[in-house]
Amino acid sequence: MPQTKAEPYPDAFIKGLWRENPVFVMLLGMCPVLAVSNTVLNALSMGLAATFVLVMSCALVSLLRRFIPKQVRIATFIIIIATFVTMVDFAIQAISLDVYNALGAFIALIVVNCIILGRAEAYASKNDPVRAVIDAAGMGLGFTLALLCLGSVRELLGFGTFLGFNVFGPHFEGWSVLILPPGGFFTLGCWLLLISWMNKRKARLAESEAA
Amino acid sequence: MPTTESLPEIFLNACLINNFVLSMFLGICPFLGVSGKFETATRMGMAVMFVMLVSSVCASGINWLLIRVGAEYLRLICYIAVIASAVQLVEMFLKKFSPALFRALGIFLPLITTNCAILGVALFQTQKGYDLIQCIVYALGAGAGFTLALTIMAGLRESLELADVPDVVKGTALTLMVAGILSLAFMGFQGLSG
Repeated sequence: MPQTKAEPYPDAFIKGLWRENPVFVMLLGMCPVLAVSNTVLNALSMGLAATFVLVMSCALVSLLRRFIPKQVRIATFIIIIATFVTMVDFAIQAISLDVYNALGAFIALIVVNCIILGRAEAYASKNDPVRAVIDAAGMGLGFTLALLCLGSVRELLGFGTFLGFNVFGPHFEGWSVLILPPGGFFTLGCWLLLISWMNKRKARLAESEAA
Repeated sequence: MPTTESLPEIFLNACLINNFVLSMFLGICPFLGVSGKFETATRMGMAVMFVMLVSSVCASGINWLLIRVGAEYLRLICYIAVIASAVQLVEMFLKKFSPALFRALGIFLPLITTNCAILGVALFQTQKGYDLIQCIVYALGAGAGFTLALTIMAGLRESLELADVPDVVKGTALTLMVAGILSLAFMGFQGLSG
């Protein structure tokens, strides 16, 4: 993707949220999205953890971009990312053991999340630190947004709750399939379906306006 | 802590009951990316299985070493480094001894580094406290499960090519729905765990 030097700051931030949303549009980092989105709390913690790692490692990569030799850049990026992931891993363990147990190995697996390596390689290693941080924050929040989209649907319909509060009253029978692994695939499939339908509709409207 | 699971139990557990792709969501990227053709899917599965085996054995050794020197906090960084070098090693080895297979795998080989299933195997075997033999069986089971899921998916997608589906559903959305139904089917294996 060609990056012009003069990309305005708001644009660098907003594109990650929707137009180039890492999950819904670019289909990156699917594993944690499917795995830890069964409740809103899990989704939120995963999103924030990944955003922290993304912002910090993009900042460091961008600061060091002139000193990292081209040949070993991927290895260097991975070591930088792994360092921040280890920090997050211990931080979550200290803040809330429940969340830590619910997320399990997926915190450590942030290392191999392709969004982070992708942004470090495609954006942070070519732009100044301020832009890199803004871009990373936008992408991270876009990732969190996608996780929340899935998490809220799955928790609302699966447990009948939102962040642990009962929404539908005591007689609601949860759709337990949405909490189980297949529910992740179905929910993400439905969101992608909705987005593709909206895009098709927009294209059709634009076409009929032009005619 | 040592586990009491027998070796066939570990294999079945990794391969079917807790299938890496369909019930633990590891390695979704290659699952969606290279499941278009049956041929490539089989090759990718084999490559992943092989790298899993090598990196699992290495990780098991590294873990023992790290515990000896009391530096467990370096585990993640070491594992990633081990996996990256294992992939490199496998690549060089294949290039030297089996150029035909090397050409067949092509771009898939370096991509395996960022396959989270590989790191997943290393992390879970540490969490469960497997010894070396158990690690090898676990890695083989996980690899077999990955290959199984990938080939089933590829077979289905090849047939779907010919089916008449609505325009909106085409692409990833359809693949995800099919994966959901497959995952539902694999949940039937939960009954195997006693």
